Amino acid sequence: MYGFEAMTFNIHGGYLEAIVRGHRSGLLTAADYNNLCQCETLDDIKMHLSATEYGPYLQNEPSPLHTTTIVEKCTLKLVDEYKHMLCQATEPLSTFLEYITYGHMIDNVVLIVTGTLHERDVQELLEKCHPLGMFDSIATLAVAQNMRELYRLVLVDTPLAPYFSECITSEDLDDMNIEIMRNTLYKAYLEDFYRFCQKLGGATAEIMSDLLAFEADRRAVNITINSIGTELTRDDRRKLYSTFGLLYPYGHEELAVCEDIDQVRGVMEKYPPYQPIFSKLSYGESQMLDKAFYEEEVKRLCLSFEQQFHYGVFFAYMRLKEQEIRNLMWISECVAQNQKSRVHDSVVFIF
Amino acid sequence: MELWRNLPEMDLMRSEKMTFVQLIIPVESAHRAVSYLGELGLLQFRDLNDDKSPFQRTFVNQVKRCAEMSRKLRFLKDQIHKAGLLSSALPTLQPDVDLEALESQLADHEHELIEMNANSEKLQQTYNELLEFKMVLQKAGSFLVSGKSYDETAEGRELDENVYPSDYPESTSLLEQAPQSGPSNSSGLRFISGIIPKSKALLFERMLFRATRGNLLFNQAPADELIMDHLSSEMVEKTIFVVFFSGEQAKTKILKICEAFGANCYPVPEDLTKQTQITQEVMLRLSELETTLDVGLRHRNAALHSIGVHLPIWMNMVKREKAVFDTLNMLNFDVTKKCLVGEGWCPIFAKPKIQEALQRATFDSSSQVGIIFHVMDSVESPPTYFRTNTFTNAYQEIVDAYGVAKYQEANPAVYTVITFPFLFAVMFGDWGHGICLLLGALILIAREGKLSSQKLGSFMEMLFGGRYVLLLMSLFSIYCGLIYNEFFSVPYHIFGKSAYECRDLQCSDARTVGLIKFRDTYPFGVDPSWRGSRSELPFLNSLKMKMSILFGVAQMNLGIMLSYFNSIFFKNSLDIRFQGRTYGILRSSEVDMDSEPGSARQHEEEFNFSEILQNGRVVWVGGGLTPNMFLSNVRKHLDSDGGTSALADDED
Repeated sequence: MYGFEAMTFNIHGGYLEAIVRGHRSGLLTAADYNNLCQCETLDDIKMHLSATEYGPYLQNEPSPLHTTTIVEKCTLKLVDEYKHMLCQATEPLSTFLEYITYGHMIDNVVLIVTGTLHERDVQELLEKCHPLGMFDSIATLAVAQNMRELYRLVLVDTPLAPYFSECITSEDLDDMNIEIMRNTLYKAYLEDFYRFCQKLGGATAEIMSDLLAFEADRRAVNITINSIGTELTRDDRRKLYSTFGLLYPYGHEELAVCEDIDQVRGVMEKYPPYQPIFSKLSYGESQMLDKAFYEEEVKRLCLSFEQQFHYGVFFAYMRLKEQEIRNLMWISECVAQNQKSRVHDSVVFIF
Repeated sequence: MELWRNLPEMDLMRSEKMTFVQLIIPVESAHRAVSYLGELGLLQFRDLNDDKSPFQRTFVNQVKRCAEMSRKLRFLKDQIHKAGLLSSALPTLQPDVDLEALESQLADHEHELIEMNANSEKLQQTYNELLEFKMVLQKAGSFLVSGKSYDETAEGRELDENVYPSDYPESTSLLEQAPQSGPSNSSGLRFISGIIPKSKALLFERMLFRATRGNLLFNQAPADELIMDHLSSEMVEKTIFVVFFSGEQAKTKILKICEAFGANCYPVPEDLTKQTQITQEVMLRLSELETTLDVGLRHRNAALHSIGVHLPIWMNMVKREKAVFDTLNMLNFDVTKKCLVGEGWCPIFAKPKIQEALQRATFDSSSQVGIIFHVMDSVESPPTYFRTNTFTNAYQEIVDAYGVAKYQEANPAVYTVITFPFLFAVMFGDWGHGICLLLGALILIAREGKLSSQKLGSFMEMLFGGRYVLLLMSLFSIYCGLIYNEFFSVPYHIFGKSAYECRDLQCSDARTVGLIKFRDTYPFGVDPSWRGSRSELPFLNSLKMKMSILFGVAQMNLGIMLSYFNSIFFKNSLDIRFQGRTYGILRSSEVDMDSEPGSARQHEEEFNFSEILQNGRVVWVGGGLTPNMFLSNVRKHLDSDGGTSALADDED
């Protein structure tokens, strides 16, 4: 019954909720980011990070650091925390936690298929994959020639199998088709995740619906903007939009016919939650859109921690951690390339 | 009150008198001064650079260098641990090594070690491959024999279309023959042989099945020995497989899948004689490699051993240097006068020692200017410092765990020395177990010197740190055990015969009506006849309960007395009047023994204040009454009555 989670949630989920809240209080604050932005070299960054929760992961790295090392170790911390939580979780929390990683799985699959298409070495591609989205037979993706084979050989064993029903064609894999495949898979994944959360009910359903709806809308806008000027037809574009979210169905109709950014802006400004995002951009500019979306997402994720006894905190923590790693990567790159003036372009403060 | 003023200093009872000092140190003697002061351990610096971020401080580079050195030391320690070498227990005393020399030495060692590791890894990889090849030859041979027996002709044709892995370093003489692309045998069946980790074998088989649409034959057999996987550096089990297939496309697919799964393919010739020949060659090369690897390993272990001897000293040194630089970072760097200004607290008795240390530092660094050390006033309250010895240290730590006393507040540790073990003994109460505990504590104390320099596990460390506590606990438990008359829970007639006897010779009503008093009371402790009687438990339980309550109340009274002494010391008249005296009266009047059935009435006279509070009878609920429950009970009664009228009468 909604409203009475307090009575039964802690039996199975109490320990893990406490763990995830503890991790969340270890996220970097604005003061940390200020200090990091003032660093001159990567060694300074390492010294700062060794005073935060990342200390044990970075302290054994030899001195000439690379930005990739920093990002790799921070991701390793996220993976360790995730694995610990997954080990300790029972149903349905364990399924929920696994759902969070399917997005990364899709990204990894697309990465390997694209890389194989451009004749890169499989081992090199495997190293670039996100560790949360690895599964056993991932290396075999390099063998497949078309999508049907991809499905039949490898993906039928993975959790991504049910998402493939819409996009099995016998067409050969090329760049365009791979992007369409990625977006179709992601659409199916979001809808599946949405239905799962609805089935869970209660506070989880309410909070996750909001977060997933924002995700779906953001992807719709990104798909629209990225496909302006390509040969993607309107029907195809409409097929890539999810069937839930604030923009469904009327917003999608309007977005499908948009041909440039100002039309997109016109559509989006009709929806009150998204209006402040788009009003910040001046006409014709789309670079700041990413950062604006990230900021809005971070705001909503932080709000989900205000309520207790639901699974949304796990999803929110994973996303916030990924945002933090993105921030660290941006700062490290700026410092390494001596472009500290641009540091604040893309850093989203979480607290 | 002459008596009060002429009493000697209360050493452990109240904190040592502290004073606030300021140091002005010239730069050249700064490092030495701080390290001598650190060894003395009697000065607490205040952080004057609180508002600065870590890398704005003066000595940040040195701190970074120390951190880098400690990283290298950790790496070396890790390597030693992985190689399985035991570090020496007690390092011999070595002269102090200079920090920069140590830095370059560490860099050299690390470089050397990384190089050696890289070399041995390459050799190890080659060795692994040969080992795998040998196993494949052994097992795959059996598959081929069974599979091909009907196809063997008199010529003993060699099977062509063996697969040659591209990364195979050298080939033996037989294998150098180019693969013949002549017609294969009639069935067009080719095969690939190799080895794969056992955990992936099932998935691999399934993938091959799917890729070739089921047109293959997959044979596998487990390998006899474990092979070292160089990525995870642990031994893994591997399985040898042979895949029979037909067609060119299938071959490319199978090869790709093998590569994706990390399976190593090795060619196995079909002919039996060739197999034995190749096996022999492989064994020869294996033994050669083994000797080479051995030599390399011994060389590395020798290097590690020589490092391992110095390692604890180096780690110690680096830790000390880092601490010195961290402390130096707390001082204020005055650029114009080229000196460092520091502020801190020190006990008054330590001032001469500190001055002597500072003079030594000035002399050793051959500096012209001396270090200025003078007393300052301060508004904040000084930190608390108790001078403890090994005996009182454990108790002071226990008390500090609950909260450190304020400056010059009475220190409960003085009383804890006795009360803590005694209350433990009241609960332990068995002189047989007490003797065992005493023996244990005596062993720990006797071996003090040896054990204190060893590295003990966390549990042993706790026991060792509390050895004096254990000693007192055991002495008191023997005493309490004699009172309770329990030797491993069995009562003994130590102090003479029991006071009670049976009425008649058969002792028929020993368990029903009871025994009668025959002699004088048992001189010390509980009479042994109580054991086994019908009312043993009610008697013993009520005895122990009452005793515990009395001790608990007495200890609480002690606490109140201490806070009374504190208020006198700090001359806080409000506290004395309203807090100390009222608590005292309250405490002593609340305990009402009348309501308990069958109680001993010796203490009745003390508690006649109970008449004052009409409704102040505390109902005994039963066995589990703890001091906290007692207190809340009291409060509840007070609140419910609004019974502060008595207090108003007795205020004085």
